[in-house]
Parts: sequence; C-alpha cells; structure tokens
Amino acid sequence: MTAALLHSLFHVAAFCMLPPLFLGAINKTKALIAGRRGPALLQVYFDLFKLLRKDMVLSETTTGVFLAGPVVAVVTAIGAGLLTPVAGHGAPLVFAGDFVLFCYLLALGRFFTISAALDTGSPFEGMGAAREAAYSCLAEPALFVGLAALSHVSGSMTLSGIVEGTDIAPISVIALVAAAWFLVLLAENSRIPFDDPNTHLELTMIHEVMVLDHSGPAFGLVLYGAALKLFVMSALLSAVALPFGALHPLPGWAVFLCAMLAMAVIIGAVESGMARLRLNVAPKLLFCASLLSAFALVLLARA
Amino acid sequence: MNTENSPLKTTRSGVALPLREVPVLPLEALHNAVADGVKSQWRVSSLFAFRRDGEDAAHMMAVLADDAASLLRVGMARIEDTRYPSLSNRCPQVHLFEREMHEQFGLVPEGHPWLKPVRYARPFPGREPRAQNAPRIGAADFYHVTGDSVHEVAVGPVHAGVIEPGHFRFQCHGEQVFHLEIMLGYQHRGVEEALPGGPHKRSLSHMETLAGDSSIAHGWAYCMNLEGLAGTDVPMQAQTLRGVALELERLANHTGDLGALAGDVGYLPTMSFCGRIRGDFLNLSAAICGNRFGRGLLCPGGVRSMPNEEETAQMIERLGAAERDVREAVNLIWSTPTVLGRFENTGTVPRKLCVELGLVGPAARACGVEADVRVNHPCGLYERAPIRLRTAHYGDVNSRASVRWHEMEESLAFVREHLDTIPSGPIRQPLGALAPDHVVATLVEGWRGEVCHVALTGSDGRFLRYKITDPSFHNWMGLAVALRGQEISDFPLCNKSFNLSYCGFDL
Repeated sequence: MTAALLHSLFHVAAFCMLPPLFLGAINKTKALIAGRRGPALLQVYFDLFKLLRKDMVLSETTTGVFLAGPVVAVVTAIGAGLLTPVAGHGAPLVFAGDFVLFCYLLALGRFFTISAALDTGSPFEGMGAAREAAYSCLAEPALFVGLAALSHVSGSMTLSGIVEGTDIAPISVIALVAAAWFLVLLAENSRIPFDDPNTHLELTMIHEVMVLDHSGPAFGLVLYGAALKLFVMSALLSAVALPFGALHPLPGWAVFLCAMLAMAVIIGAVESGMARLRLNVAPKLLFCASLLSAFALVLLARA
Repeated sequence: MNTENSPLKTTRSGVALPLREVPVLPLEALHNAVADGVKSQWRVSSLFAFRRDGEDAAHMMAVLADDAASLLRVGMARIEDTRYPSLSNRCPQVHLFEREMHEQFGLVPEGHPWLKPVRYARPFPGREPRAQNAPRIGAADFYHVTGDSVHEVAVGPVHAGVIEPGHFRFQCHGEQVFHLEIMLGYQHRGVEEALPGGPHKRSLSHMETLAGDSSIAHGWAYCMNLEGLAGTDVPMQAQTLRGVALELERLANHTGDLGALAGDVGYLPTMSFCGRIRGDFLNLSAAICGNRFGRGLLCPGGVRSMPNEEETAQMIERLGAAERDVREAVNLIWSTPTVLGRFENTGTVPRKLCVELGLVGPAARACGVEADVRVNHPCGLYERAPIRLRTAHYGDVNSRASVRWHEMEESLAFVREHLDTIPSGPIRQPLGALAPDHVVATLVEGWRGEVCHVALTGSDGRFLRYKITDPSFHNWMGLAVALRGQEISDFPLCNKSFNLSYCGFDL
C-alpha cells in the first residue's frame, strides 16, 4: 500500500517537475547538432521563474477567457499526466475507458487555448487558432484508431492495461502505432515539421501565434502547460514503444528516465535534420499517421 | 521601336557629360523615347525631376541602361505645367518614379493607375511644412478586397525580429494571399535633400550609411560620380581593392541570407553555420579598412587604406577557411529534400512580369534575365577581369537562393585571384574641382542589384541635384507580385529571398 502511494507521489512529482528539463534536453540536442553550445539544460526553468516574477499586461478587449486559457491548459495536462502509465508502471489513476478521458482532457486544454486566442480579436491569433483546430481534427483519428488497435491486442480498456499488453503485441502493430503517434506528438506539440517552436515569424506560427498576447505569469503558464503536454505525450509513446510489462519500481523509473532522454534526443534530431513542411502539405502527413494506425488495426483484424 | 534614331544622348556609366549636350525634348518625345527604349530591352535606371536655380518649371531627366551595348541613354524635358500625361500605363517600369516625382515636385501624372505617396515625405527639398491634408504614413487608405471569408492581416511597422520598419497589408482568403500592399517611408531621413549644394564633408558618410549593408556599392557609385565630374583617374591598385571590397560585401550578405532562408523554414544547421560565416566575411572587410561594413575604405580618387603583403597573405588564408565552411553549410540546403520542397514553386515571379517591372539584381537573374552591371556596364576591375554572369530559370525562392549561391562561387574565385595580385603603387589621386553644368550617371552592381547614382552640377560646380536609386526601389513591387496566390505563411520566406532594403528605399 505504502509502496503504491510512494509510487504515485513520485509519479506526480516527476510529471510536474521534469517537463522543462525535457524541453531543455531537446534544445540542447538541437544546439549540439547545429554546432552551437546552446542554452543551459535548465534554461526553461530560469525562463519560467523569470516570467513568474514579471508583471502582466492585459489587453482591454479581453475577458476572463483569456486568462482561463493557460490555466486550463496546465490543469488538463496535469490531469492527463495522472492517467499516463510510464514504461514499467501503471498510472496512479486507472479505470475502464480512461484513455477517452486522456484524449479529451488534452482536447479541453486546446479548446481553451483556442478560445483565449480568439478572445483577443487579433487577426494573427485568429489565424493561429484556425490552424490549430484544423491540425488537431486531423490528428485525432490517428490517436484513436491507434488506441483501438492497442486495446484490441491487449484486451484492456485502460491505458495502463494497454501499455502492459504491448509486450505480447506483434511488433508490426506496435511499430505502426508508435510511428503514427510520433507524428501526432510532433503535430500536437508544434514541433518541426509541423510548426517551428523557435521562429519569430508570426505569419508562419501555429501554436506560438495564439499566445502572442499573453505575458508575465500567464505566459509562464502557457510555456509550462506546453512542456507538460509534450512530456505527457512522450511518456505515453515511450511506454507503448518499449516492451516492458510490470517492472520493479526502481529499475522501472530508471527505464522511464532513459526512455524520456532518448525521446528528447530523437525529437531534437528529427528537428535538426529537416525543414518545416509547407502549411498545406503538413495535413497530408497527418493523413498518413491516421493510415498507419488504420493499418495496425487491419493487421489485427486479419490475425 | 526604332532605337537607332533615339533622340537620347549616349554616354557611359561614370562618364561626365556637359548638361547642354543632353537634349531637352518635348515631354511627349521624351516619353516616346523611354517607351521605345524599354520595348527594345533598355531599362529605366533612373527617372527624376529637378529645378534649376531661379526657375519655377521643373525638368524631368531619364537615364536608361542599354545593357546590350553597355551604354546609358540620357534625355530630359522641361515640364511647363504641373500636370502631364502619365507614362506608367505604356511602360509599367516608371510607375514608382512618377509617384516619386509627384511626391517630391508636385508633378501630377494624369492617368497614373495608382497615384499614392512613396515615402510620405515633405516636398523636395524638404524645407516646406507638410500640407495639412497630406496623407500620413500608417493612416492612409489601402487597397481593399471584400467578400465571404476575405480577411485582412496587417503586419508591422514594428516586427517581431530585429529588422527595419515597414507596413505590410495582406488581403487574404483563408490562408491564400490575394494581394499584398507594402507601405514604406518610416525611415525617410532626407539623404537626397541633404545633397544639393554639396559635395559636403559628410556626403560620403551619408552614402555609406544610406543602406548600411551596401556601404561599398553606394560609396563606390558616389566616388565614381565625383571622379567623373573632376576627370580624375583612379589608380589600378585602388580599382582592384574596390572590386575586392564589393565582392566581400556580396559574400557576407549572401551568406547571411542563405542562412536566414534556412532558418525561415526551420532548418537549423545551415542557419547556425551561415550566421557565423557571415561574420568571417565581414571580418575580412575589417581587415582591409578596420570596419566590418567597409566604411571609410573608399574616398573620391581611390581608397584610404591598402593591406600590406603580410596582411594579404593572412586574408587569403582566412578566405580559404571561410570558403570551405560556407560550401559545406550551403550544400546542406541542396541535399535536404524538405528544404528544397519549401523553396521550390514558392513566390514565383514570371519572367514577363520581371521584365515589365524592371526588376534588378539576383531577383531578375533568378527569372533568367541577364542583367548584371558588372558584366553589362563594367568599370574598374571588372573591365580588366570579367566576372561570369549566373542566372536561374524559374523565378521562385529556390532560383533566387541558387543564383545567390552561384554568385558567391564566382565572387570567391574573383576575390581569391585579385587579392593576391594587387599591384603596388599609389592608392589614390587627389580629386580636382568638379566640372560645372555637367551630368554624370554611375551604375554599380551591389549585392541586391543595380545601384544608380546621378549627379548634376550647377554653374558653381556644386551639386544641383543628386539622385539615388537603390535596387530595392525597383524590387519591392516584385515582392508584392511574388506573393499573389501564395500562402500567407510563406511570406517571410519570400521576403527573405528578396531581402530588400527599407532604408535604401526610404532614403
């Protein structure tokens, strides 16, 4: 009992504290590949503390929705984190059908981010909101069809059960779903090739342009929420991709941390090796993601 | 069409001409001569107005570049009335020049398709207060598209990056751009207004900072004008060093822009490498004269400094290192399909429009137009040592990027060769007095394209009018055209592929 409680506490602590470090690891990877020294590994923490100490400028045209955006995004991402199993462990919160809640918690956060963007009335933010909504519509089938395939193969209706079942699933199914979900992860978290998290060019942005008007602590929450979401999705993906069932707690966490480091390096390497796709080409890649998931399902139906 | 009988006076870049030898035509005849010339592939390098001392009526002077014959054609007309029939409909190249003359001298081109201010500046020479009802920058009317799902996006004048101010107004349908309107003039400093009565002590500095990244190009054009008016011969050493400095300027800017193009599509390695290598080329300019932008190197009559043998050897070594690095960094672009996928078929300017609008520099060469002042109107070093003209075909971002890279390859070889063979001897000649009542026009190929300076002297041998045309003056319209039917998210990429100067336009 105490071991389970301790494990849950550690899970919550890890999911709340580590996301900025994960982002830092991605940035460091990108810098090293580009031949730069790059910002410090802990730079995202410094940025967050800096932003929390700052004043906030609020546009007169905005309403409460504007501030609700970042808050809801953080809360929903933490909620999703509680449902996320990690390599070698179940999640602290497990119930039948929890993956539906997982997906729609993230969707709820996105809904409020989009609403907050529209609340400003700026043409830039409206443009970003439209793009974000379009991309997430296209990403959802890939996520759900993948879940259906994994749920079928593991015979479980919970995220934790699904992840435990991956060690008995055919490798082809896991590979297809993992590939599809990796694309979804990149799209949902505005990474290259879907979006460029580093650009200053507001006309090309998707996620970043929606939060141009947030400042100070609110912007800090936006950054933190985005880091959380990226972390949660990466954790789920690594748990699915790695064939670990239930492990002893200590090696379980060690596997998890190594897997996350590997994820950060992979994302950083992908971002360094290619350019961002043209805005009207990127949806085709998301179609491909849905097809990959669908193929996984087809393989299972045959077997 | 018959240009053999053109009434315009023939001259060459940098060669002064007594003003009385320039034919004063009736305006209609001047317009016909310009239109006929443009039909036979001449380009309008400059078209401007000036007033002679004590005269109310303005004169209009046209300077056309005949690239095939390496000649300039000059003519002028006296404008009795302030209204005259516009030439823009017959010859679209002059549309911006007519708007400029309208703003500077109140000459109204009747029938001009879109007569709006150029820089929102006061009338020339900028001493009169602005009229009460004059349109103000940022508050003027824009072209408007209406209809279902049509929306307007306004960008600038304050931008997210550290760049110059300019306002862009997009009329969009979803992600697609129907029309882009560009409003400039935020940086109007009055460079042309400061020049009559000159040359002043500060004039050369004004030229070198007129468009900060083209210091050598503008400085050279200015020096050549003065040398032409004074009849001074520039020593061989100085000519060589000027050529080297101009190519170093080109190398630094092309490197920076190729890196920035990679950055705009999110391709980080080339962006990081080129950002550093640009500094290496700038530092080579600094090794020549102590300034990274080459300021203070040129002076009328020659150059102010010359690297000694030891310094030259060091520079050649550093140039070799920078060349190796830049080859590696830029070749990453050509071997990455996702980058090429973004560059190709983006921001295409059709060749026909390019010729009609009179685009210059790499933007024109990317459409296959063989316009390069270094080849077509060579002076100084380029006369002795021709440089190869490189063009591309499709007029898209990829063509503009590849033209720039090919130019860099030529420039690298050119600098390497001539840095090693600078003869010894005097580096400058004293400049004599300027010839009174003369006119001289000089073309120099800056890294953005043709820089055109025209100087007119009065009876006292001082400037009566000094007209500057930066390549950006020709090319901004090209950017607006390139955006038609594009995705609005590709604007930054198109913009960077031209990388035009705001201050060079605003003067």
